[in-house]
Amino acid sequence: MTMIFGIPVQALLGQLLVGLINGSFYAMLSLGLAVIFGLLRVINFAHGAQYMLGAFVGYLLFTHLGIGYWPALILAPLIVGLFGVVVERLALSRLYDTDPLYGLLFTFGLALVLEGIFRYYYGVSGNPYAVPPLLAGGTNLGFMFLPIYRGWVVVASLVVCFGTWALIEKTRLGSYLRAATENPRLVQAFGVNVPLLLTLTYGLGSALAGLAGILAAPIYQVSPLMGSDLIIVVFAVVVVGGMGSILGAIVTGYMLGLAEGLTKVFYPEASNLVVFVIMAIVLLVRPAGLFGRDA
Amino acid sequence: MAEETSDMAELTLREASANPSPRLEWVLVGLGILALLAAPFFVYPIFLMKMLCFALFACAFNLLLGYTGLLSFGHATFFGGAAYFTAHAVKVWGWPPEAGILLGMAGAALLGLVMGFFAIRRQGIYFAMITLALSQMFFFFCVQAPFTQGEDGIQGVPRGVLFGVLDLNAPMNIYYFVLAVVLAGVFAIWRIVNSPFGMILRSIRENENRAISLGYSVASYKLGAFVMSAALAGLAGSLKAIVFQFATLTDVTWQMSGEVILMTLLGGIGTMVGPIIGASLVVGLENTLATSGFPVTIATGLIFMVCVLVFRRGIVGEVYARVLGRAGKG
Repeated sequence: MTMIFGIPVQALLGQLLVGLINGSFYAMLSLGLAVIFGLLRVINFAHGAQYMLGAFVGYLLFTHLGIGYWPALILAPLIVGLFGVVVERLALSRLYDTDPLYGLLFTFGLALVLEGIFRYYYGVSGNPYAVPPLLAGGTNLGFMFLPIYRGWVVVASLVVCFGTWALIEKTRLGSYLRAATENPRLVQAFGVNVPLLLTLTYGLGSALAGLAGILAAPIYQVSPLMGSDLIIVVFAVVVVGGMGSILGAIVTGYMLGLAEGLTKVFYPEASNLVVFVIMAIVLLVRPAGLFGRDA
Repeated sequence: MAEETSDMAELTLREASANPSPRLEWVLVGLGILALLAAPFFVYPIFLMKMLCFALFACAFNLLLGYTGLLSFGHATFFGGAAYFTAHAVKVWGWPPEAGILLGMAGAALLGLVMGFFAIRRQGIYFAMITLALSQMFFFFCVQAPFTQGEDGIQGVPRGVLFGVLDLNAPMNIYYFVLAVVLAGVFAIWRIVNSPFGMILRSIRENENRAISLGYSVASYKLGAFVMSAALAGLAGSLKAIVFQFATLTDVTWQMSGEVILMTLLGGIGTMVGPIIGASLVVGLENTLATSGFPVTIATGLIFMVCVLVFRRGIVGEVYARVLGRAGKG
């Protein structure tokens, strides 16, 4: 067996793949956070809960209505996105002219409620969600064995991330969004419905979390706690990347996922600390974050 | 970021100068202390001591949020960390309780120095996220470190004999000891807030850039406030470890950091008695819910949402605002 630094290549590649998968979720979630923060100036603490909600919607659609993975891939983000729209209309829109910390505290409360509800009805143990038949099994790449579903998640997350990036950087709607980020009042004066834009943005951000959730359902178990631990790591990712740039959020997400995978190979005990350690180092060297614009 | 810091003024009621009637307030404080002195004859002392520990924890947290304008999402690290240090010192090394508590406080202050050193590099929302991430790191450390004994926690911590004379195993002895320490802690916070140092902290809260331009080293004041808040939160955690005779992972989780925010928000950010009332209500509510089967997280989450939407000033803040007849901002 080939070895690199005394580690079998297969193990190294296997952990890198795990890192890439985790990185895909970090990227999708920190992207959603960055989109929401960019326009609403709200840190969406409920992002992890909405990710969990996406996975549960998929799970419940299957167990109660027999609706499979592919329709759920559309329905779960749609339902979570609609939920986000309702939350924004009923509550967040009332908090825009207060300190941004209140948005954080409100969404923190929302996350606790969502998590509490699912914990109450489904307990803390995970529920399995089957890989769709089309993506079941694996393929031998010659140098390693690749489960097809994991490959699909990496591809899908890349498509989602760069699709969102293109939506914001390359379309007319995106240019409204960017303009409203810079100066909402002026954009409103030009006849753009800024409150609607804010609602749609929160809906879009929530839908991204829901999509990440349904993508994650077959890999991790569907559990009420799946979101809350992840969201804290994603916060660290956001601190490292800085929320000023969409592309920055995506790149940082993948990088930190890979860094975590590598740590698992060389020093497993530190694998769940490494993202936080990198965050601390970045804060020392470049307090505004790698791609941050504010300082 | 200038905008963000000046907005912080909204977070709190400007309390000190606008005190409605200082004499009435001292009478109320006196009555409150008398009630606490008499309380163990009527209410289960363990429950009262839990309330007192969390009241001190919330007051320590409020020193940072209410008077310096910094929202820490990682205060469980100091509370739970100090509990571990004290429990370990008293149980494994056989230290007397007073030494164990001092060690817990010192450990919490040290943790505060480290976390504060990193966190004050960013402001506002980033500050909250950094403290949250670092406290999660400490949580993972506690899960893996051998001295915390993982999921079991440190159990069977002896209460010991205070200064070699006062046996803390007697319920009344430990109650009055805890009451004295908590009152001393709250008094210390009151003194800090009303000292020249506290005034500078408030000026940072109101307008950080102006404080900088007046020549204050804002970073060191923030760090100082962070360390003091951490040490006092640690004192609360150490007391809790002695009272309940154990230290567990629960006290270092992010949920615990959220809980102390809730207590402070519910009672009134930036008020002296608000966090005490908030802590009592939350602890009381949790005690009630524990037997009813209704999940505590749903209740606390709902209170969070209602507080933020309906009364951001908290109970005490609202009372002040009404008494003063000021509709107030926000």
